[in-house]
Amino acid sequence: MDARALVEGIVRGDRRALARALTHVEADNATGREVLAALYPRTGRAQTIGVTGSAGAGKSTLVAALAREERRRGRSVGIIAVDPSSPFSHGAILGDRIRMQDLTGDGGVFMRSMASRGNLGGLSESAGGALDILDAAGFDVVILETVGAGQDEVEVANAAGTTVLVTNPSAGDEIQSMKAGLMEVAQVMVVNKADLAGADTAVAQLRALLAIAARSSWEPPILKAIARTGEGVADLVDAIDRHQQHLRDSTHAVDERRALAERQVVALARAALHREALVAANANGALASLVDDVALRTRDPRSAAEALLVAIRRAWTAEREVRP
Amino acid sequence: MTAERPIRVLIAKPGLDGHDRGAKVVARALRDAGMEVIYTGIRQTPQMIAEAALQEDVQVVGLSILSGAHIELFPRVLEELRSRGVDDVLLFAGGIIPEVDVPQVKEMGFSAVFGPGTDTNDIIEFVKQHAPQRA
Repeated sequence: MDARALVEGIVRGDRRALARALTHVEADNATGREVLAALYPRTGRAQTIGVTGSAGAGKSTLVAALAREERRRGRSVGIIAVDPSSPFSHGAILGDRIRMQDLTGDGGVFMRSMASRGNLGGLSESAGGALDILDAAGFDVVILETVGAGQDEVEVANAAGTTVLVTNPSAGDEIQSMKAGLMEVAQVMVVNKADLAGADTAVAQLRALLAIAARSSWEPPILKAIARTGEGVADLVDAIDRHQQHLRDSTHAVDERRALAERQVVALARAALHREALVAANANGALASLVDDVALRTRDPRSAAEALLVAIRRAWTAEREVRP
Repeated sequence: MTAERPIRVLIAKPGLDGHDRGAKVVARALRDAGMEVIYTGIRQTPQMIAEAALQEDVQVVGLSILSGAHIELFPRVLEELRSRGVDDVLLFAGGIIPEVDVPQVKEMGFSAVFGPGTDTNDIIEFVKQHAPQRA
């Protein structure tokens, strides 16, 4: 299937075309980019929800519970779940479907697992594109689950409208360490596994931290939930709905949408620039020889970095001159 | 990470036996060989396996079965895949599949059957050589 057939298939509701398009988007190839460009005008209709939190906090179980509640409310659900790639083999075990088994047979749910493929921000580079595809495919709600994230894996906030932070009772120290980063990008906070001791303490700690945070027009609610049984999940969906309504009603809605668009464009350009710069740095062996110098301590890393930039600029200029 | 694109594999256990040690060993070995392995857990129905293969757009599906129901269950998985238009995946099987059944399983469309004692390197080689291209 070429890009056009994929786009037509997705618009028609063909799940196989959708799955194949996601493969191209993940590969970041020409077909994937063409599909994304063609479908982008159709995006912006879905509620997009990011779910983040530390490893073992219960993100997958909560996402499954969220999806069930959204289905009960008659909404179709797309899910992107990101798991980490091994930094050594680049392989990955993607196990999020285990907690979502009962949703697999539901025609109103489409779930895709993605590996982070070396990206460190809590997502994979193409997760945002995958989210756009599911949005354009017409799902009412699209949920994006990050890898286990601690403090500054905040990329999810650039991709989703509402970011939900999942934490646990007796995660006191962890909450203390969350003062920056994730705490600041979350619009809804959930203390999951609330049947364990310390849930109320965790809620109080979060509340205390929020009290000293900068004021904005939205005050993040702090909820308790037991994802395993579904307790508290309806309240969570209500809170997300309220935030999505707030996004639409806010007097700053247009500004916020613009700020988000800027962050997305800058992030993608930065990633592309990084890739191209690395190619240029390696092309003439400049990087390798500078690395040798630093390793031998005949040159300091800062001046080596500056010299590398000069070499990169030179390689780019040469490239411009070759092309008419 | 602009290295070559990882092969995506679904490892699934159809039927009612709850022993997934072998499936996990294979999943882990493929991961360590640089593949992305979607593991869906035990007690999967043929519909669940086919639907997961479709949504994940995997290149390879490996089924592990110890219950002896392979002759009943495998064709149903294949039927569910076919009805969804998933016709370009590499299939392999593992677990307890008696020697006498192997020709029949291969005839169904499984390219290989890996029994107990298989060297995981053989499975890795097989997948690397035969996985169809995707994107």
